[in-house]
Amino acid sequence: MSTRGFTGRRPGADAARRLPPGQQQTQDFPVLSLGPAPAINLDAWRFTLRHGSRPLASWNWFEFNALPRTRWHGDIHCVTTWSKFGTDWEGVTLDDLLAAAGVQAPTSFLLAQSYDDYDTNVPLADLAGGRALIATHFGGEPLTPEHGGPARLLVPHLYFWKSAKWIKGLKFTERDEAGFWELRGYHMRGDPWREQRYSDDD
Amino acid sequence: MSERDGNWRTAVIARIAALTPRMRSYFLHAPLAGHVAGQYLDVRLTAPDGYQARRSYSIASRPGAAELELAIALQDDGEVSAWFHEVAQPGDTIDVRGPLGGHFIWEPPHAAPVLLVAGGSGIVPLVSIARAWQAAPAAPMLLLHSARTPEALAFQPELAGIAAADPRFTYVAVSTRAGTGRRIDAAMLDKALGHWGHLPALCYLCGPTAFVEAVAQLLVARGVAHRAIRTERFG
Ligand SMILES: Cc1cc2nc3c(=O)[nH]c(=O)nc-3n(C[C@H](O)[C@H](O)[C@H](O)COP(=O)(O)OP(=O)(O)OC[C@H]3O[C@@H](n4cnc5c(N)ncnc54)[C@H](O)[C@@H]3O)c2cc1C
Repeated sequence: MSTRGFTGRRPGADAARRLPPGQQQTQDFPVLSLGPAPAINLDAWRFTLRHGSRPLASWNWFEFNALPRTRWHGDIHCVTTWSKFGTDWEGVTLDDLLAAAGVQAPTSFLLAQSYDDYDTNVPLADLAGGRALIATHFGGEPLTPEHGGPARLLVPHLYFWKSAKWIKGLKFTERDEAGFWELRGYHMRGDPWREQRYSDDD
Repeated sequence: MSERDGNWRTAVIARIAALTPRMRSYFLHAPLAGHVAGQYLDVRLTAPDGYQARRSYSIASRPGAAELELAIALQDDGEVSAWFHEVAQPGDTIDVRGPLGGHFIWEPPHAAPVLLVAGGSGIVPLVSIARAWQAAPAAPMLLLHSARTPEALAFQPELAGIAAADPRFTYVAVSTRAGTGRRIDAAMLDKALGHWGHLPALCYLCGPTAFVEAVAQLLVARGVAHRAIRTERFG
């Protein structure tokens, strides 16, 4: 049933095609996080791949920046209903991290872990095959702290809370373990095109 | 839209009250589960052709209150807020779902001092927290509200009343463009925290992104732990 007197401001045809259900286009880059940006010193920064508690490989900032780099261009979608079109990112894929570490993915599930103690679960299938980056650059510039710098996860085909800011590592887990927002009612996968916002969405 | 309809429920706007020149309260009757102070609802409006717009609005009412209160600021050309301000009347129905949000929440009893800081309409979830506190006052609570003008300080009489009735609740309101001309800067925060005499164990910051980020960094610089600071950003 329609809302009395509401006509709405429709997106143009291009935007309508690019917007997942319930989303609206923004020109800004809004910020969603649970607290303030942590202060991260690049000299102390490390990125660690783990299987459970066991480290598989670890890179300092200098080593990390020597890894093969990948660029991604496209639209991103936040669960708070904004979508931003045509964003540019650069970073390192999980595939390149695994290759550099000389290991195969030991399980099918991962938890992204951050310097602010945030974590979020992402299946291997959503990270591998070049579908995700550990991003260090946005729009050609180093990532700013409020947007997750020095490095954040970028999983552009899922709602943006999966793209953990201030990332410090990826941990392979035996099961799909809920992360911070997933424990607080958000969906385990978070596909914007299927509108998987909250845990009781399909 | 899809066949399934999430958990959307029909809410009736029971009454509307002016808070400030650009902010109004909308009191809803809605078949939703009870909320915790700090949570929000998703609101959805539908055009005759099926087009829908959706926004999130914090809940201002005290947990357990009979009516759910949303307090919505008018944004120039805002798709949803302008409908609320220019069209909505008591008796109108809207779709809502929630309550949502599991981090920016406060529940009594809470033994340690709590700091609340709001910029503009970011006061809304903090009003719910203040009201929940009033129903079960415990540890000291300090609420700082910054708005552009004195008239824009929504909920001021009520919040001042809570403070007048109980010395454990402190309320400091500042306006940036008129009157006192103060913004929440390091000096003002130091002064307010100094008068209060407590180090907050938990902080809730809500408002525009830049405001929230600036206040968070001021608190971190004063020695408040990152994990003691909870933020909600309105855009
Ligand atoms: C968790 C949460 C809680 C919230 N709680 C509250 C609350 O309690 N009270 C409250 O008032 N708000 C709250 N908000 C903000 C609210 O969800 C909306 O963002 C707000 O009401 C604006 O929506 P709108 O549809 O009116 O404006 P929009 O149509 O989204 O526009 C926002 C602004 O952008 C401008 N704009 C939009 N599109 C264009 C365009 N194409 N070109 C140029 N300019 C444009 C508009 O002029 C307007 O100023 C909350 C947000 C979140 C995420």
